[in-house]
Parts: sequence; structure tokens; C-alpha cells
Amino acid sequence: MTPRPPNGSRSADACVIGGGLVGIAIALGLQRHGLDVAVLDEGDVALRASRGNFGLVWVQGKGDTQPAYASITRRSARLWPDLARRLQEQTGIDVQLQQRGGLYLCLTEEELEARRQMLAKMRDAAGGDYPHETLDLAQVRDYFPDIGDEVAGATWCPEDGHLNPLLLLRALTQRFRAQGGVIENGGRVQGIERQGEAFRVTTPSGDWSCAKVVLAAGLGNRELAPMVGLSAPVFPNRGQVLIAERVRPFLHYPTGHVRQTGEGTVQIGDSKEDVGFDSGTTTDVMAHIAHRAVRLFPLLRDVRMVRAWGALRVMTPDGYPVYEASRDCPGAYLVTCHSGVTLGALHEGPLADWIARDETDLPLEVFHAQRFAL
Amino acid sequence: MPNASPFERLPCRPQATVTVFVEDTPIEVSQHDSAAAAVLAAGLLPSRTTPASEAPRAPYCLMGVCFECLIEIDGAPNQQGCMIPVREGMRIRRQCGARDMHGEDHHGVA
Repeated sequence: MTPRPPNGSRSADACVIGGGLVGIAIALGLQRHGLDVAVLDEGDVALRASRGNFGLVWVQGKGDTQPAYASITRRSARLWPDLARRLQEQTGIDVQLQQRGGLYLCLTEEELEARRQMLAKMRDAAGGDYPHETLDLAQVRDYFPDIGDEVAGATWCPEDGHLNPLLLLRALTQRFRAQGGVIENGGRVQGIERQGEAFRVTTPSGDWSCAKVVLAAGLGNRELAPMVGLSAPVFPNRGQVLIAERVRPFLHYPTGHVRQTGEGTVQIGDSKEDVGFDSGTTTDVMAHIAHRAVRLFPLLRDVRMVRAWGALRVMTPDGYPVYEASRDCPGAYLVTCHSGVTLGALHEGPLADWIARDETDLPLEVFHAQRFAL
Repeated sequence: MPNASPFERLPCRPQATVTVFVEDTPIEVSQHDSAAAAVLAAGLLPSRTTPASEAPRAPYCLMGVCFECLIEIDGAPNQQGCMIPVREGMRIRRQCGARDMHGEDHHGVA
């Protein structure tokens, strides 16, 4: 713990606002640079996208209209095995990373053809380097003997994978704390002020003084960004997820809508709903999700659902992240995305390197929020 | 063979009994017992093993909360034994690990 000086404020080299997957991954990366880091987390009233996500480390189709996003997504996927290995060695927690490829299942020929065309376009944009295949039903059966007859086919990408997002959050948190990192669950940050070379961050449980401040508060970034001269036009998009009882392994690859965890749990998604800040569940959407899952894998008909939840994605108008350093307030950085799992290794690695050193080979100009002002 | 039961039935108003089969062994239980109570009366311990680590388990909360009493009833896996009343001729088996969706007899599933 950083000692509390008499004036009631504490100090750190860097304060990361937001203790979800994005914030903790960056905080851990900053520790690699020898920085003393504090994570200022709102607390359990926060919207907590990191506790509700699906756990895919997903490549295929991401960045179909933005090659730089496709590129950083793939870069993160390539960095994942090393991060997962380090976390296992350092914390003993196996985050269950599996990257043997994934399938996006399509129920109609039209949907399959649209995906085939999209991925072909992405292959062209990547100069031919974008491994994937389009599979018909017979080929899908080689991967999933239990696939339903209604399935038209799938697109396959060998770079796709998945992991357990809750174990990941735990491993990141444990490692961060073991290295002396402080996580404060002291309520919502109320103000960020530039004072000379430092920032003063005000929270209900006291002030922090720091040289660098990273906004990684998900939907909370919308209010925080203007405090450091930035803009974060993020809005919530709800996804509902169904959880089935544990069954013996039957799905050996993740799919876009159904995956099986290392313990046998079947996780079934998802929805994309514009319902404001309501993270609840609704019967009609759950029924729709369940119906589609049974068409994909008819044997799920007999499986019991044990839980369901809704969680709010942190969306931008074009769906891509915002990575931006403040010009008005040097030392302040904005990080927001809706793929905290897939991009986790990028955040712990090159993105934290950028924040620590103020230089990077990442194509960050593409991800400035100014793109939304044009 | 079921173990000897460590549970003793307290004296109460006489009730009609039914016969259920616990791992093929017939046992007489009160008609209002739950399947989990029948498992305890039969001494079927452990009554299940867990899906991830196959650790031994037995009925615990007996009020539908803890899911420790999952058993196979009449061919249907992962049934919450404490929430299901016994029926004449009910066949109860251990739930060993996670259910296997292949090779299950779905015809008996309620």
C-alpha cells in the first residue's frame, strides 16, 4: 500500500481508472516498466462488462471495415499464449486459453455467402494474409459431429480461440496486487485536475496524485474524458447470455454463439440490444437465443439452463476502440473498447508500452476519437 | 451395494410406503420422501461426483439451493433429488461427473 500522507492524498506514478479487464491489463503492463500503479475502481455498483462477457479471443470478421483493427486484433491473438503462460507461472491460475481455431455457424446460405464475401475482402485488405475457410455442413460435421441439419455451413479461422474471462480477471488482479499494485474500490472518480506536472484525481475515498492517468472505465469514460480534454462517445449495447449445466465435452472449438468452458459449462449467446443502461434479461430474447442454439446443436434441447445474465458492451459509433493521448493534458490517456478479452494481451503489452514510453508502432491515429467529429 | 445409512428416521405419524430402486437395490421409503431422502436412507454415499474434479458429494441443503444432490432418476441425468418426490418403482442412480449427452436414454426424461 502507498502510505497516506498527512494531507490525505496518496500518490502513484500512474492511476488507471477502471478495474475491469482493460484497466487491470494496462496496469499490469505499466508495472513491467517499473511504474507504481494504482487502479481506481468504482466498486460493485459499476456496470462490470468484464464480469459478463463471453470469453472469446476472436479474430475472424473483426475489422472488416477497418484493416488497422483487424491487424491489432490479430496481433493481440498472437500475444495471448505468452500472456497466458506468464499468468499461469506467476499466479498458478490457468485461464484456459485455447487457440485452435473457431467457427462462425450460419443457418442460411445467404448469411454464409455474406460472411464468405466479407472474409475474402478482409483477405485482400491484408495482402492475402488472412487465414480462413468457408465450410459446408459436411465439413462442419468434421469439427462438430453433433451439428444440426439446419446449419448451412460455417466460416473457420485458425486464429480464433477462447478463454475463461473470470479466471483471467482474477489472474490479472492477483498478479497486479502481488507486485505491489493497489486496487481501490472507492467509488466513482469525481474529478481529474492537471496540477503542474501531475494530475490530481478526486474520489469519494480520497485524492490521488499521479504523473499519468489512464481512463479505462468503460462506459464511465464518457464522463471522464472531458476532464482531460478528450471525448469518449461510448454507449451501452446489451448482450444476454445463457448458461447451461455442465456436460461432458462435446464442443471442441468455440463458435460465435456457443462455447463450452473447460469445466463443461455451455455458454450460449448472444443479443445486441439498444436498451440504455438496463443490464437485465428478458424472456423473449432468452427464448430467441435458446431457439437458435438448439437449431445449431439439437442435443442442447435436453440440457438444463442454470443461469442467464445481461451485460453492457462499451460501444463506439463505428464499433472500434478509442486509444488516444490527450494533447491538452499530456500524461492522460483514453482507452476504450468492447473486446477486453481479445485485446487483453495487446493492452498488457504494446498498449501499456505506449502509455509508459509515449512511443509506439501501433497505428493509434486511426483510433482517435476525433474520427467521430468529422 | 449401497452403504449402511448413517441417518435414522424419527418416529412420526405412519405413512404409506413406496418402493424405489437405488442402484438397483429396492428400498422402502415414505411416500412423501424426496428422492434425495431415499438416497440418504439407502446410504448411497457419495451420491454423485462433481463434473470438473470428480470429487465425492452427497445431498446437503435439501431445499433446492446447493445442487449437491444431483442424481440420475429414471434415466434422466442431473436431477435435483431433493426437489423430486419419490414414485413407486423410481430408479435412482449415482450421477458420475458431468452428464454425457451422447448415449443418454432421452425417452425416460420427464
